[in-house]
Amino acid sequence: MGSRASTLLREEEIEEIKKETGFSHSQITRLYSRFTSLDKGENGTLSREDFQRIPELAINPLGDRIINAFFPEGEDQVNFRGFMRTLAHFRPIEDNEKNKNSSASEPLNSRTNKLLFAFRLYDLDRDDKISRDELLQVLRMMVGVNISDEQLGSIADRTIQEADTNGDNSISFNEFIKVPPVDGEQDY
Amino acid sequence: MELFFNPFDNLLCILLGISFTVWFTLLLVFIIVPAIFGVSFGIRRLYMKTLLKVFEWATLRIERGAKEKNHHFSCICLFIGSNKDLDSAPEFEMSDIFYFARRGVESIMDDEVTKRFSAEELESWNLLTRSNYNFHYISLRLTVLWGLGLLIRYGFLLPLRVTLAFTGVGLLVFLTSVIGLLPNGRMKNFLSEKVHLMCYRICVRALTAIITYHDSENKPKNGGLCVANHTSPIDVIILASDGCYAMVGQIHGGLMGVIQKSMVKACPHIWFERSEVKDRHLVAKRLSDHVEDKSKLPILIFPEGTCINNTSVMMFKKGSFEIGATVYPVAIKYDPRFGDAFWNSSKFGMVNYLLRMMSSWAIVCSVWYLPPMSREEGEDAVQFANRVKAAIARQGGLVDLLWDGGLKRAKVKDTFKEEQQKLYSKMLVGTQEDRSRS
Repeated sequence: MGSRASTLLREEEIEEIKKETGFSHSQITRLYSRFTSLDKGENGTLSREDFQRIPELAINPLGDRIINAFFPEGEDQVNFRGFMRTLAHFRPIEDNEKNKNSSASEPLNSRTNKLLFAFRLYDLDRDDKISRDELLQVLRMMVGVNISDEQLGSIADRTIQEADTNGDNSISFNEFIKVPPVDGEQDY
Repeated sequence: MELFFNPFDNLLCILLGISFTVWFTLLLVFIIVPAIFGVSFGIRRLYMKTLLKVFEWATLRIERGAKEKNHHFSCICLFIGSNKDLDSAPEFEMSDIFYFARRGVESIMDDEVTKRFSAEELESWNLLTRSNYNFHYISLRLTVLWGLGLLIRYGFLLPLRVTLAFTGVGLLVFLTSVIGLLPNGRMKNFLSEKVHLMCYRICVRALTAIITYHDSENKPKNGGLCVANHTSPIDVIILASDGCYAMVGQIHGGLMGVIQKSMVKACPHIWFERSEVKDRHLVAKRLSDHVEDKSKLPILIFPEGTCINNTSVMMFKKGSFEIGATVYPVAIKYDPRFGDAFWNSSKFGMVNYLLRMMSSWAIVCSVWYLPPMSREEGEDAVQFANRVKAAIARQGGLVDLLWDGGLKRAKVKDTFKEEQQKLYSKMLVGTQEDRSRS
């Protein structure tokens, strides 16, 4: 009889996570079950290998970058709080939240924070700018060996040209946000 | 002093003697004799119906006690950035990354593969401690019921089942060795069939397995290949108690090895040495030699290669589909309410697993014999394997997955990632060419 999910997660912790991330009680217990089933070492934290054991994630071209997003700067283990904090970016915005004033700190799943998450997938060195190299790296991950360096380079150049407004040949977060929405993007 | 103790000793001995005799007579009459003749008193089905009523009552009490219903995972739908599909995008945009990011995070929250390698979670509790995930203390009556169940299962059912198991296996080893001494011929085959069936039926009762066979007219015939989805070693006992098969497998040491060696004396099974298993040509040759001989029994094979938790069917290895025999697919679906039959070999060893099986309520399952299939013109082994797999999944109500069961232990191949990259590149490059042309 191993330890059961609900017995290891105390009610106070669930309440704290609820406040911080906005997930409901049952969603949190569900995700805790998921966390423990991924935690093969049973030490309460996940390592990068634990994530890579998920086949669908291992074959995702951006898999490594996404896994990286869960781990804070320079660390190799993520605990449940950190796990939930990152997943909270993807929680859909409920109707009753749309009209709230963001008087307190912005909720983790606001549009800005979602875009920040995506921005950080590009910006590996965390200097708040996406350089041509960083853009090329992500492009290379997504296309594999199927496109030549020159073609990829021209795609990167075109993208930077279109987005860069202050002429520093890299994309800052503000320029990233202003990328025009495509049809089908929901209005926040 | 001696005079004082003697009567009590005698009385004790007599009582013990009587109870043992009664016990074994009951065992013989109600369990072993029906097993020999293949008939049933219906005791197990009555037991199953009673259990179902108890579970229903328990479920009601749990639902009354639960404060918040557990939502299913589909409620957590992911949303990030634009919802556009990659197909509609004409050229690269920074937001293309959202597509992969969303897929990646969705698979972190829940994926199709890793959950197949651990026991299925039940909707409602079936009064076994081992399947208690989120059910807290609800009421005194429920706890009493659970305690009673514990007593019955470990105090009465487990010893009974263990006795039967030893009887069944012992008889199998002994009788097949005896039959092995006979000269080859119809008499030997006939006796071997009867002995195998009888011993497997005793083993079925040792697990309190309540099996429903459907479509028995499609039962595998000589010279064919019987293919089934794999959940546990018990699958073999379940299928072999209804028909005679030639087994395929690696020779083990210990008790398993003894059983294997004696079985092969009575009728030809296909056992491989550990070194031979790697040689695919040798394996294929032995299998095809066996199916060509029409007097030999149909081969029983589990093409998934590993145990899956009975919610899905994973990739079938193509080896057995290349030899050109008629394939008789069989779908096995266990009812998880009475006991989870899945063998999680990374968590439990064989003995531990069997003890868990014998201390569950019962093993309830349905077996469907599907109509025979053969490889069609222009179909290669992999397509044929997938067609058979789809038929089995459909009949058993299981999810049909393309993923390899070997992912339980091994890493996924890079070729899958390369395929995704190729698809995305095609989309980008295709549009580049259009632009340069215009």
